[in-house]
Amino acid sequence: MKRKSQSKTARLTRRTFTIGLGAAGFVAGTAPFNIARAQGAALKIAVVLPRSGYLAPAGQSCHRGALVAPKVLSDYGYKVELVHIDCESNADVARTQTERAINDGAQIIVGAFDSASTLAMAQVCEQRKVPLVVNIGAAPQLTEQGYKFLVRNFPTGGMLVDNGLRLIKNLLDVTKLDAKTAVFLHANDTFGTAQRAAMDRLFPNAGLPFRLLESIAYDPKAQDLSVEVTKVRALNPDLLLVVTRAADAIKLVRDMVRQRFEPKGIISPGSPGLYDEEFYQGLGPLSDYAIYNIPWANPKAQMTQALEAAFKSENPKFRFPVECFNVGFTFEALLVAAAAHKRAGSTDGTELMKAIRETNITDHVIIGPAIKFDEKGQNIGIPSAAVQNRDRTPTVTLPAEVATAAPVLPMPGWQKRT
Amino acid sequence: MNLAIVLNVVIQGVLTGLVYGLMALGLSVIFGVVRVVNFAHGEFAVVAMYAAYLLFVTLGLDPLISLFPIAAAFFLVGFLLQASLVNRFVGRSEHEQFILLVGLAIIIVNGLLMIFGPDARPTNLPYSFDSYLLGPLFIDKARVYAAIGALVVSAALFAFFRYTTIGTAIRACADNLTGAAVVGLNVKRLYALTFGLGLACVGAAGALMVTIADASPLLAQAFTLLAFTIVIIGGLGSMTGALVAGILIGVSEALASFFLAPSMKSMFSFALLVAVLVLRPQGLMGRRV
Repeated sequence: MKRKSQSKTARLTRRTFTIGLGAAGFVAGTAPFNIARAQGAALKIAVVLPRSGYLAPAGQSCHRGALVAPKVLSDYGYKVELVHIDCESNADVARTQTERAINDGAQIIVGAFDSASTLAMAQVCEQRKVPLVVNIGAAPQLTEQGYKFLVRNFPTGGMLVDNGLRLIKNLLDVTKLDAKTAVFLHANDTFGTAQRAAMDRLFPNAGLPFRLLESIAYDPKAQDLSVEVTKVRALNPDLLLVVTRAADAIKLVRDMVRQRFEPKGIISPGSPGLYDEEFYQGLGPLSDYAIYNIPWANPKAQMTQALEAAFKSENPKFRFPVECFNVGFTFEALLVAAAAHKRAGSTDGTELMKAIRETNITDHVIIGPAIKFDEKGQNIGIPSAAVQNRDRTPTVTLPAEVATAAPVLPMPGWQKRT
Repeated sequence: MNLAIVLNVVIQGVLTGLVYGLMALGLSVIFGVVRVVNFAHGEFAVVAMYAAYLLFVTLGLDPLISLFPIAAAFFLVGFLLQASLVNRFVGRSEHEQFILLVGLAIIIVNGLLMIFGPDARPTNLPYSFDSYLLGPLFIDKARVYAAIGALVVSAALFAFFRYTTIGTAIRACADNLTGAAVVGLNVKRLYALTFGLGLACVGAAGALMVTIADASPLLAQAFTLLAFTIVIIGGLGSMTGALVAGILIGVSEALASFFLAPSMKSMFSFALLVAVLVLRPQGLMGRRV
């Protein structure tokens, strides 16, 4: 009996062949309708961010951007469904959570503020053929390792430093500051060391009028930076160039005040830390006059205004001018994904990636030309602005066409702040 | 190299090291008597930091004053924790004790994250940005006050163990548990008192630490690891050893940062740890068992 049944299931009859052929024809015939359904359905995006751990302040800021994005995108005709994932400022967690998100049906991944976590996620996305849109992450290797399922709408460390150094030169010209020496102090994480490598490569040919006395790496998780500041003070530079995160930027300034070290300027050639709310809250007037040369939101753009309005209504406790960098780039990453989905009319990873690579978005949030990606998946057209803290608010001081105030250098002494 | 700058670095290391030492003292006291390693040590220190921060922002209490009520509250917490929970695990296998206290540590850190979020909370005291100028030396006021506080609390603890009846009884438990029980000492009560004293030390150290570092849940693991390193270098159960090792770690980290690279300073603490484990496994001031 048993043998008879087995032989029955194994045998291909004319009837089963006809049914199979019919089914295949039905599937093939209705395929265009699947595409139509994909166009109508929301794109499922996993947003992986470091919402806890030492990068949490910035991760939370990006998260606020992701939370308001669906409403703004919907007003522009894009449908997205977001899954919010915390990678705990840990690359291993980022990798496993990305894998899990894809298993749970995520069609595009966006993240992850931190280069180390993004690199870990890129490997998973590449294997699973799911597009990864990098919101923030400057390590050059992200777009230098030949990933086919990754694009980055954020400058590389080299681009940041290149733009940043050019703006430092402009700042010195505009303020007529006589600076002869500088020290470069940077966090020793993936981002910080990438910035260091870019500085080492670009500074000698940047044509700046000052000498770089030393580059000093520090642990951003250190409890204080007193020894680091003592070391810098011993060199007595005119300018302190920094690559920081929020918490260590506070420690840095606090120890500078304690040791009465007053350089003519604190300038970041492109890093977070000096514009975080945590920095303003922790230091009050001592946070003023620090300058950071980074891409910034264009206050005149229609989409920025729409994003700001949505952000204010959802986050009354947070200031958009302080958060616009993290919020803006996270929103733009989601915009890239949503626009590609609309164009592709498919949720297939390869189709989506093809559409993402053909991105050409002129109306967007961050200052600069249309969002486009080169063959490596890098948007190479993102300029920087020189933003200075004034009255505890980020204020664009250069380039002149988008500036709302003139830069102030040398910065007033610590005791002269009110 | 300017000698004044090096001296400045050494002084900073000594001052920070004294607070480190006080923090590790609590761990050493608990292990020396109860023979339970408190794997939630750093987490309790961070809770104390948040307590000092809250008392400052709500009542305007300087951490140098609030350390006393915080230490008292931590004593009570430690006493109750030992009496209700940890005593059940005394004498059980080490991995069971480990799981219990690591579990407690995870609960504390996540509780702090839920209540305060991940941002560091600075306590901006009137003297937070001030320093003493002694010739060419800049010495942070906050660090000086914290170090003096650490010395006072340590001296009080030493005096308690040396000159009070309860302190002598606790030392008796540490030296010879069976003998202490035979002469009628209430060992479980003394264990609870010891755990309370250990946590009071951590409470005081956390309150002092908030004057020189911002309160953040993320510090907890680093503090636990630091306290272990100090206690092992100083000698498990040795109170003097904990203070000496605290200063040693503080100075070695400061000098390594200055002469080599700031990012290499933790490496020196661990190199010191490895050297002590190889050359003097009982620690600098520990007794050979």
